[in-house]
Amino acid sequence: MSDGVAGRERFRPADHPHDHFLLTTVVGSYPKPAWLTDVRERHEADGDAVGDDEWQEAIDDASRLITDEHERAGLDAVCDGEMRREEMVEFFARRIGGYEFKGPVKVWGHNYFDKPSVVSEVTYEEPWLREEYEFTAGVADRPVKVPITGPYTLATWSFDEVYDDDAALTYALADLINEEVSRLVEAGARYVQLDEPALATAPEDHAVVGECLERIVDGIPDDVRVCLHVCYGDYGEIYPAINDYPIDEFDVELANGDYEQIDVFADGDFAPDLALGVVDAHTPTVEPVAEIEANIREGLTVVPPEKLTVSPDCGLKILPREAAYAKLENMVRAARNVEADLDSGELDAAALRTSDRP
Amino acid sequence: MEHAATTAGLYPLPDAQRERLADLKGRGKGGLVDGDESADVTAAYDAARERLVAVQREAGLDRVVEGQARWDDMLAHPLCVHENVRTGDVVRYYDNNNFYREPVVTGPLTEDGDLAADLSAAARLTDPLQAVVPGPYTLCDLARDDHYGSFESFLDGVADFLAGEVAAFPDAVETVFVLDPSLVTDPPDDDVHERVRDAVDAVNDAVDADVVLHTYWGALGERLHAYLLDTGVDALGYDLVNAHEECVYLVQEYGTADSVALGVVDGQNTRIESPGTVADRLSWFRENVPVSDFETVYATPNTELFYLPVNAFGDKLDALAAGVEAARAEVAE
Repeated sequence: MSDGVAGRERFRPADHPHDHFLLTTVVGSYPKPAWLTDVRERHEADGDAVGDDEWQEAIDDASRLITDEHERAGLDAVCDGEMRREEMVEFFARRIGGYEFKGPVKVWGHNYFDKPSVVSEVTYEEPWLREEYEFTAGVADRPVKVPITGPYTLATWSFDEVYDDDAALTYALADLINEEVSRLVEAGARYVQLDEPALATAPEDHAVVGECLERIVDGIPDDVRVCLHVCYGDYGEIYPAINDYPIDEFDVELANGDYEQIDVFADGDFAPDLALGVVDAHTPTVEPVAEIEANIREGLTVVPPEKLTVSPDCGLKILPREAAYAKLENMVRAARNVEADLDSGELDAAALRTSDRP
Repeated sequence: MEHAATTAGLYPLPDAQRERLADLKGRGKGGLVDGDESADVTAAYDAARERLVAVQREAGLDRVVEGQARWDDMLAHPLCVHENVRTGDVVRYYDNNNFYREPVVTGPLTEDGDLAADLSAAARLTDPLQAVVPGPYTLCDLARDDHYGSFESFLDGVADFLAGEVAAFPDAVETVFVLDPSLVTDPPDDDVHERVRDAVDAVNDAVDADVVLHTYWGALGERLHAYLLDTGVDALGYDLVNAHEECVYLVQEYGTADSVALGVVDGQNTRIESPGTVADRLSWFRENVPVSDFETVYATPNTELFYLPVNAFGDKLDALAAGVEAARAEVAE
C-alpha cells in the first residue's frame, strides 16, 4: 500500500492555492436528476417509447452532468454520483454469478428492498464497474474515485442459501472484488473505496472484514489508494482493529453524531489517513462554511493535516440536489479556509492533536 | 403425541396489498398504523388478512394465524397503537436490517383491544385460530418507559396490559404464541428472573387457550429457562435453526413443558427446507431428549416470517406442512 503522504499528492491540483492540502472528495452516491428517473420509468414501462440506446444516452448524460457538478463544487477527487446504480447491493448482485432475486422484503414501514439470494457459488462473470469508471474518467478533469460495496455488506444483506457459514460467502465475494479491483486498476483507477455499512451492525466481525481486505488488495499495486467507508455504528468496537487493515484511508461518518465518537480514534496511534465526514448526509439543512471548518478541526485532533481527507458523512442521494451541491461547495470552501489558516500559522495543527496535548 | 404445523405469524404483506398500502399510507413514518386507520386502509388490511388465512389453509397448516399484516412495527405493534404511547425515532429491530418506531410509554397502559379486534375479524374467516403476541419482557425491551419509573413496575404494567389484551380475545382463539426473543438476545438480570416468570404467568393465566412461550436467535440461559419451566405455559419454544445443540442441552438437563414448539424452518433465509429435512429435525430432537411423549409438538419457523419475499414465504409454509406430514408418518411406523 502507498504511504498516506505519497498517495495523496497525486490528487493535489496543479493550481492548488495553499501549501497545505486537505484532500476533498465524496463517499459516492448523489441525487439523480429528476429527468433521469423519469426517463428510467418510461424505459421500464415501454421499451419502444424509450429504447435501450436512448436510455444509455440518458445515463451517460447524467454521469457527465454529475461528474461536472462535483468538479464545479471544487472537489479534488470526484465520481459520477453512481448514476448507473440504483441500490448498493442490488447493482452488484445483478452482475455477480450465483445471485437470484426472489422479490422485495420489508426494511421498515412501507420501504422495501430487493434483497437478493445467493443460490449457487458466486462467480465473476463480467466487469461490474469498468464502463462506469472509463466513462467518468473520460469526462473528468480531476482524478476519479471508485466506490464498491464491500464483501461483508454484500454477504450480510443477502440471503445465503449455499455457503455453510457467513464468513465463507464473505471471503468468496472478497476474492471476486479483488478480481474487479485488478481490472479497474488495469483501466487506470487509482482510488478505490470499499463501502461496509453492515460492519456497524456487527462490529465483532471486524476480523472477517480485515481478512477480506487482505484478499481484496492482494496483487494490487502500492500506488492504488484504498479506502474503507463505514457509517452509523459504535466505532469503539472496530478501533484499534482498523489500524491493522491494509488500507490507506478510513472514511467515517461523524458529523451526524456531532463528533461524540471522535475521541475513540484520538489515541495518537491512528494508522491510516482519516477521511472525515464533515457534512450530514441526512438533513437538507446546508451547514455554513464556518461550521464545517470547525468539523474539519475535529479531524485534526486525530491526524495531522497531511493525513486528513474531507468528505460528506455518507452518500448524498437522499438529499434534494440543490442541498447536496451546496453542501459540497461549502465543504470545499471550508477545507480551503482551513488550509489557509494552517499555512499562515493561525491554526496550529500540532496543538489540536489530542494525543500531543500535555 | 400430536404434531401441529404452525407459525410464529407476522407475515409479509401479499403483493397486491403491499403496493396498495404504500400508495395509501406513503413511505414515511407519519403514515404508519396508529390504531385509527381510514376505511380504505382498513379494507386493504381486510383483504390481506383474507389472503394470508387462505395461504395457510392451502398449505395445510394445523394452526392458522391472523397474519399480523397491520404490525408495521413488528413485535412493538401493541404499544405503538396505544393511546398513552407516542412513537419515537425509527430504531433497529434486533440484529437485522429492519427498523421500527420505538414506542415511548407516557401514561398507564390501559386496555386497548387492538389485537382482539384483528383476531375477531380473522375468526370470521377461520375457527379455531392461533393468536400471536409479544412476550411482556420483549415488549418492555423494545419500548422506552416515560411513565412507570422503574424496570420492575414497567414490566408489571406491560404484563397487566398484555393480560388484559389476551383476556379480550374471541373464543375462536385456541392457541396463543407468545414471542419473547429478547429473553435470548438481551436477557434479564438474574434478580428479575422471578418477575419475568410472573409476567409470563400473568399473560398465561388471563386466557383460556394453550399458551406457547417461544424464543429464538439462540437458546435461553439455563437459570432463566428453569424459571420459565415454573410458569403454567403449555409449551416452551426452541430455535433449532440457530441453536439446536444448546436447546437440546437445556431439555436434557432441565426437562421442558408438556408440549414443545420447535423452530425447524429458517424464517430468515430463502432456502426452502425439504419435507425430509423438516421431519429429520423433528426426529433428531425427539431422539436426543429424555422425554419421549410430548402432548403436542408444534413445528414452526424459528422466527416471524416478514423477512422473506412473498413467494419464499408461501414455499416455507408448504415445506413445513409437508415436513410435519412426513414426521407423523414416521411416528406412526
